[in-house]
Amino acid sequence: MAVVSANTTVMNNVEAVRATLYDALKSDERVCILGEDVGARGNVFLITKDFVGEFGERRIIDTPIAEASIVGIAVGMAMEGLRPVAEIQFADFIYPSFNQIVGEAAKIRYRSNGEYTCPMVIRTPYGGGVRGALSHSVSIEALFYHVPGLKIVAPSFPADVKGLLNTAIDDPDPVMFLEHKKTYRLIKGEVPNGHYTIPLGKANVLKEGTQLSVVSYGLYVHWALEAARQLEGEGISVEVIDLRSIRPMDKTAILQSVEKTRKLLIIHEDNKFGGIGAEISAMVAEEALFHLDAPIRRLCGPDVPAMGYALPLEEEFMSSPAEMADAMREMVKF
Amino acid sequence: MASTDTATGTLERHGLSDDQLRAIFRNMLLQRQLDNRGFQLNRQGKVPFALGSEGHEALQAGAAMAFNRGSDILAPYYRDLGLCLGIGLTAYEIMLSIFARAPDHNGGRQFPNHYSSKAAGLMSFSSILAAHLPHAVGAAYAIKYRGEKGRAVLATCGDGTTSEGEWHETMNFAAVHKLPFVMLVENNEWAISTPLEKQMAEPQIWKRAAGYGMPGRRFNGFDPIATFAAVKEAMDRAREGGGPTLIEGTCYRYLAHSTDDNDMTYRTREVVMERRKQDPVPAFEALLVEHGVLTAQDVAQMRKDVLRDTNEATDAAEAQPYPTPADLYLHVHEGAWQPWQS
Repeated sequence: MAVVSANTTVMNNVEAVRATLYDALKSDERVCILGEDVGARGNVFLITKDFVGEFGERRIIDTPIAEASIVGIAVGMAMEGLRPVAEIQFADFIYPSFNQIVGEAAKIRYRSNGEYTCPMVIRTPYGGGVRGALSHSVSIEALFYHVPGLKIVAPSFPADVKGLLNTAIDDPDPVMFLEHKKTYRLIKGEVPNGHYTIPLGKANVLKEGTQLSVVSYGLYVHWALEAARQLEGEGISVEVIDLRSIRPMDKTAILQSVEKTRKLLIIHEDNKFGGIGAEISAMVAEEALFHLDAPIRRLCGPDVPAMGYALPLEEEFMSSPAEMADAMREMVKF
Repeated sequence: MASTDTATGTLERHGLSDDQLRAIFRNMLLQRQLDNRGFQLNRQGKVPFALGSEGHEALQAGAAMAFNRGSDILAPYYRDLGLCLGIGLTAYEIMLSIFARAPDHNGGRQFPNHYSSKAAGLMSFSSILAAHLPHAVGAAYAIKYRGEKGRAVLATCGDGTTSEGEWHETMNFAAVHKLPFVMLVENNEWAISTPLEKQMAEPQIWKRAAGYGMPGRRFNGFDPIATFAAVKEAMDRAREGGGPTLIEGTCYRYLAHSTDDNDMTYRTREVVMERRKQDPVPAFEALLVEHGVLTAQDVAQMRKDVLRDTNEATDAAEAQPYPTPADLYLHVHEGAWQPWQS
């Protein structure tokens, strides 16, 4: 981490998660971390490195390999006044805890008519492009964004990671915090020093443009930005929006952009059918159909169970800045 | 009236006073009356669903007496009417749940028998079996985390739930961290229609304790005093930092699983009637009368009181309004909230 000014520090996404968790542990005695290998190992990506030495095994809890109860124990802690941050080592491993997230955490406040609450964070690294094969590459957001009672954020820049993780930890309800693992060390950026928060449900316009709106998140928002900048040289003006927050989602930002550019391209790594793009498309069709000059288009992962380990299978699954640029050109030409 | 020894020997009361013994018996009578009332209201078409605990009365009334109100936490399951009464819920609160009325703790959202009350230390739970057990050890971890002395979590489940993966995960985590936690299994021999022998090859559930590295024991759940003694021993150990215990109380489910079940499709009336001979309610009544804790007149009066309380609770709860349609939208999150932000 390099301090480039008195007010900011350059970090990658791993460092941003780590620094934010560290500050939360320092400032709030109720915050604890539980998950597989978060103690002496310091998490498989070294996000909690050295935490156990400073905060002790009471607050940095190496759990047995049991994902359902990692989440379930965090639910119980939250119901009894702690502020647990539960970690699922890879998003692919979250399936055994599905009921604890969907059937329990999301419904504690609702089913008890507000008597009990469940203020907890579930952090997990997701996404592909790292030769992670079937069980270390998946995107899980669409499986959960259907569920009332859950909030889901997926920041892509270190400054957003910090602001949104602070918000998630402070939130009085369960928040899923999705970290794209390929961005962990790839993406660096300036992060403001000191404590700050970014509200959930606020997208970020990364680049303004006039001919096409591109809505994305995660790793792909970086690639979409790269493609859009490349197209500037061809005289094509593309607006790029980073959702940052998937549930709640920023309707205003999407509609304002679409009403200006009159064209919408949604890009995500998760597969297309029933994905986040489906909900955005439906919302824009309901709210802004007559502002559109072209059919909405979705550039998404293919509808296969997962990307394969072999390089061609991974590359075929993943999109690329070049493919994104092609889709943008076609949309602008339409 | 002071209790006395009789020809059959001394009453082994494990420190329970006459008042406590009478409170246990009253709880058992009230359980049976409220169970009955739920089924009656269902047959009258007044409520869509009811679920009874008949056969669990002694176990639950005895266990509740080992719960410290205002300090311990209870994480029960859906067949724990007597435990919830025993830790302080009233007949009126039970009837609010049955009628799904607005003042119910859950605002009429949950099925009957899915009680919760933060004030009573009664954790909210769903119908998904064993899902509440990680919550219970999470609460136990919070107690230990804050260094709170003298508090423990009592979690319960039926025999059926011990087949769930989260049951195992819970036991293991509680043992690893020596948590102030007691797992009380109410073994009534039935998982709806599935008998014990189809659920597990080793029917003595308490024996699993050794595999987790915690103490375990089994007791006769038809005996409320034996139940109290077993639960108290385990809760005291938990409160004093001695770690978790697995205890198994044997009992029997006299009723069908619920008003929507017909148990005659999988067991015979004769078998149930045979087990009725051990019914813990008349058995405990006879014991208390024999030892002079209650007279026959006391029992008759108590039955009258319990019926009166049940009638009053029924009328009072039924008179309460339903939640309004607008209530459907409350408490999804804190404050007003929509998935689309604008």
